[in-house]
Amino acid sequence: MAEYTLKVRRYQPEAGEGPYWEEFNVELEPSLSVLDGLLQAKDRDDGSLSVRCSCRAAICGSCGMKINGQSGLGCKTQIGEAHEAANRRNGGGNPIVVEPMGNMPVIKDLITDMESTHWEKIRRVTPWLLPHGDPPEREYIVEPESMIDITQSMACIQCGACVSSCLSMEADPDFVGPAALAKAYRFVGDPRDAETKERLHDLAEDPHGIYDCTHCFSCVDACPKGVAPMDQIMRLRRRAGQEGIEDPNSGHHHELAFVKIIEKKGTLDEAELPAESFAFGLKGKLMPSKRAIKELLASVPTVLRAIRVRKVKARQFIPGLHHKLPGGAQDDVKAIYAHAQAHREEFNIYIKGEEGTEPEPDEEEAA
Amino acid sequence: MPTHDVLVIGAGLAGQRAALAAAEQGVSVGLLSKVHPVRSHSNAAQGGINAALNPEDSWESHAFDTVKGSDYLGDQDAIEVMCREAPEEILHLEHLGVTFHRNEEGKLGTRAFGGASAARTYYVADITGQAIMHVLYEQLMKHADSVARYEEWFCTALAIDEQGECCGVVTRNVADGSMELFRAKAVILASGGNGQVWKPTTNALICTGDGISMAYRVGAKLMDMEMIQYHPTTLAGKGFLITEGARGEGAHLLNAKGERFMERYAPNKMELASRDVVSRAEQTEIDEGRGFPDGTVELDITVVPKKRIHEALREIVLVGKDFAGVDITKEPIRIKPGNHYTMGGVKTDVDGRTDIPGLYAAGEVACVSVHGGNRLGANSLLDTLIFGRRSGVDAAARAKQIDGSQPAKEVLEAEQAKIDAIAAREKGSGRRVSEIKLELGTTMDKHVAVFRSEAGIQEALDTVRRLKEEAESAYIDDQGSVFNQDMLGAIELGYMLDNAECTCVSALERKESRGAQYRTDFPERNDEEWLKHIDLQLADDGPDISYSEVTITQWEPEERKY
Repeated sequence: MAEYTLKVRRYQPEAGEGPYWEEFNVELEPSLSVLDGLLQAKDRDDGSLSVRCSCRAAICGSCGMKINGQSGLGCKTQIGEAHEAANRRNGGGNPIVVEPMGNMPVIKDLITDMESTHWEKIRRVTPWLLPHGDPPEREYIVEPESMIDITQSMACIQCGACVSSCLSMEADPDFVGPAALAKAYRFVGDPRDAETKERLHDLAEDPHGIYDCTHCFSCVDACPKGVAPMDQIMRLRRRAGQEGIEDPNSGHHHELAFVKIIEKKGTLDEAELPAESFAFGLKGKLMPSKRAIKELLASVPTVLRAIRVRKVKARQFIPGLHHKLPGGAQDDVKAIYAHAQAHREEFNIYIKGEEGTEPEPDEEEAA
Repeated sequence: MPTHDVLVIGAGLAGQRAALAAAEQGVSVGLLSKVHPVRSHSNAAQGGINAALNPEDSWESHAFDTVKGSDYLGDQDAIEVMCREAPEEILHLEHLGVTFHRNEEGKLGTRAFGGASAARTYYVADITGQAIMHVLYEQLMKHADSVARYEEWFCTALAIDEQGECCGVVTRNVADGSMELFRAKAVILASGGNGQVWKPTTNALICTGDGISMAYRVGAKLMDMEMIQYHPTTLAGKGFLITEGARGEGAHLLNAKGERFMERYAPNKMELASRDVVSRAEQTEIDEGRGFPDGTVELDITVVPKKRIHEALREIVLVGKDFAGVDITKEPIRIKPGNHYTMGGVKTDVDGRTDIPGLYAAGEVACVSVHGGNRLGANSLLDTLIFGRRSGVDAAARAKQIDGSQPAKEVLEAEQAKIDAIAAREKGSGRRVSEIKLELGTTMDKHVAVFRSEAGIQEALDTVRRLKEEAESAYIDDQGSVFNQDMLGAIELGYMLDNAECTCVSALERKESRGAQYRTDFPERNDEEWLKHIDLQLADDGPDISYSEVTITQWEPEERKY
C-alpha cells in the first residue's frame, strides 16, 4: 500500500460556479489504476465525484481522461506510474493531476459530452459496411491478412483519448479527427465494402478531412489499444494517392520528392525539393500546370524565411552544387531502396507484435 | 410520454440484436441503456462464438456438448434451437461486416474451446464480443430512423397494467435526472447479469442484475439462480478475465510444483474440460496446498508460438502487461477461479417470453435455459444473439396484434418518491452504499462460490438479509440531478441484494452437486431428486420456491467425464 494524492479538476454544473481543483488522498497498491484511486475517493470521501467507468480493464472505453496532461484511460494507467510521472514533470512531491478529456465540452467533473464531438464525427464517416448486391450464400471470401489488417482499427473502443489529445482538432474543431478516420479506414480497408472510392473522395475533398492531420503523433501516444489512428490516416492518404486523388497540401508529392531525391543523391538536395514537391510537372516540360507554378511561387517566402533564419544556406538553393556521397555509398543507398521495394510490408501490430519488441530468431526465419 | 411498440432495456449484444430484429419487422423500437451502448459488458467476451458451420461439424454435436456442459440441467429444446440457428447467425454477422478470422482459403476460420468436441469457435482475435458489438452499433447508426436510441437512461421499474401485462417502464435520464414514463406494447429486458454481487468478478461495474431484480419485483419467475459460473482463469485481486482462448490455443495449467494437474481431473480434455470442472480442479489444488501462497495456480501461455500469441491473444498480452506486470509470451501468469457468469435469470421460453405477457428477456438476464448448470465458453455470445433476435421478432409480432395500455402515472410517482427518499437520508445516519456493496461482494465470494455448504450459504443469506435492512438507510453524498451516479449506485444496490438473496435461497435449496453448484455436504449429482429447475417468485417474505421440469429431447442424462 502506498499513499497518493489525486488533484482532480472538478466541475459541478448545478453549483453555479466554474471549475475548481480538489485534492483527494487515497491509499492503494501502486499496481492499481488511477481509476481505482478515483473510485476509492468516491466511495470513501465524496460520492458526487463523477467519472464514467464500467469494465476497469481497458475494454469498454468509458474512462477517458487526462492524467498529468496525457490523454488516456484511467483504468489503464497505474497509479504508481502516474505518481512517478507527476514527479518527473514537476520535480517531486507533486500530486497526480486528473482532468476531463480535451476537445470536448465538460458536463460534470470528468464526464464530457462525447455525443456532440466524438460520436458526431464518427457518424460523419458513414460508419457501416456498404457492400454491393446481395450477400453470398456463405461468407465473403477475403484475404486472411485483410481481416487482420482492419482488426487494428476494429480494436478501437471509442474512448475518445485520441480526440482529446488531437492538436489539429484544437486548431480546427471541424477536423474529422483521429477516431473517426481510423473508423473510416476500417471500411476503406475492408474488401467487402464496395464504396471505397467514394469514401476516399469524400474524406479527401473535405477541407477538414484526411489532409488536416499534422503527423504530431499525439493520438498514437494517447491510444490505449494500439490502434495508432495516425497510421490509419496515413493509410487513407496512401489509398487516396493510389486512387489518383490530388492532395491539396502537395504532401503526397512532397513525400515522393524526398524519396526520389535521396535515392538519387543520398542526402537531401534542398535546391530540388521545392520544384519536386510543389511543381513536379515543371522540370523537363514546356507547359507546367498553372497549379504547379502557383504553388512553386507560393513556396518562395518559405524558402526566403529558411535562408533568413539560417535553417539553410542560400547556396544550397543553387542547382548543381549539392555534393554527392563519397565512394560507392550511393550504391548502398540504392540497395536499401531495392530491399524496401522488395519487402513491401506495412507495420501492423496484429501481425508483428508490439512496437519495440525484437523479432525472435525463429520468426525471422519464418519471414 | 415516449411511446414505442417495442422497448429494449439494455444495449449489449442481446439488446442491440433484439432492437434491430424488431425494427426489421416494421414496428417502432426504442433502445434504452444506462450506459452508452458500446460500453456494455458484451465487450468483455474475448474468445469467440460457437457454431457448427463446418460441413464436418453438426448442430447435434454442438447441442450435445452444450447439454453435457450444462450437466443436463439445460433445456434441450432450447439448446436445439440455439445450435440449429447458430450457423445462420454467424453468416449474418459476417455479412454485416464483422471481421472474423479467416483461414488460408479466406473462409471463416475456427479455434478450439472448452467442452467442445470440435473446433467450432469463430473469432476476431481476442476481441470477439467487442468486434461484434461495434458492428451491431454501426447498424444502429445506419438504422437510426427505425431504432430510437436512449443512451444513458437508467431504468428503475417495470410498469404492469391492470390485466397483469407489461406496458412500459419508469426511467431516469442520467444526463439531467428527470424521470420519464415510457409506454410500450412489449418490453425486452436485455440488461445483462449480476457479477457485481460478487467481489472480485470479471464483470463490469454496470453488471448489477438490474433486469433480474426488476422482473422479480413485478412477479416474474426467476430460474436456476444458484448457477453462477466461476471462470477458471481470472487474475487474483481485480478478477480480470484471461480468455479461455488461451487454453484453446494450447496453454497449460500448472500448480506450484509445476505439475500439469488437469491430468488428474480430466485426463482426456485436460485444460479444455468444461469450466466448472477446471475451476474445481484449480480450487482443489489451491485448497490442498499445491497452489501459490497468493491462492493461485499458473497459466502457462509461453507454450503457444509467439506469433500466434500476438495474432490471436493480443488483448491478453496487454492485460498481462498492464494489470499483472507479466509478459505472457515469456512467463506464466498467476490465475484463479473467479466470478464470471449468471446462468440463471428471468425464466423465459425460446422466444424470450417471460410469464408476464409483454415482458421479454434475452441474454444473460434471461434463463431459457440453454446453459443449465454450466455454460460452455463461446456459447454466451451465441445466446445473446439468437435469443435477442427471437425476442425482437416475437415482441414485434405481439406489438402488431395489440393496442396496449397506458402505464399508470402512479408507477412513476412511486419511483420518484423512492428516489426522493434516498436523497433525503441524512448523511452519517446509516452506512455508505459502497460499504454495503463491499461486504456483500466479499461475503458472496466467500460462501457462494466454487465450493458451497449449507452453513456457508446460510451465513451468506443471513448477511444479505441484514444488508437489505441496512440498505434502507444507506445514504449518498450527491444531491444533484446531473449524472448523479451516487443515486444510481443506491438503486443498483437494491437490485444486487435481490439477486444475492435469490441465489442464496436457490443454492440452499438444491441439495446436490451439479454444474456450478458444488455442495461439499452433497457432493454427488442426484438426478432422481434434482433433475429439475428451481423457480423463484416474489412473496411477502422473500422468494417462494417451486420447481419445473427439465426438457429432455434426445440426450438422456449420463455421467459427465472430460
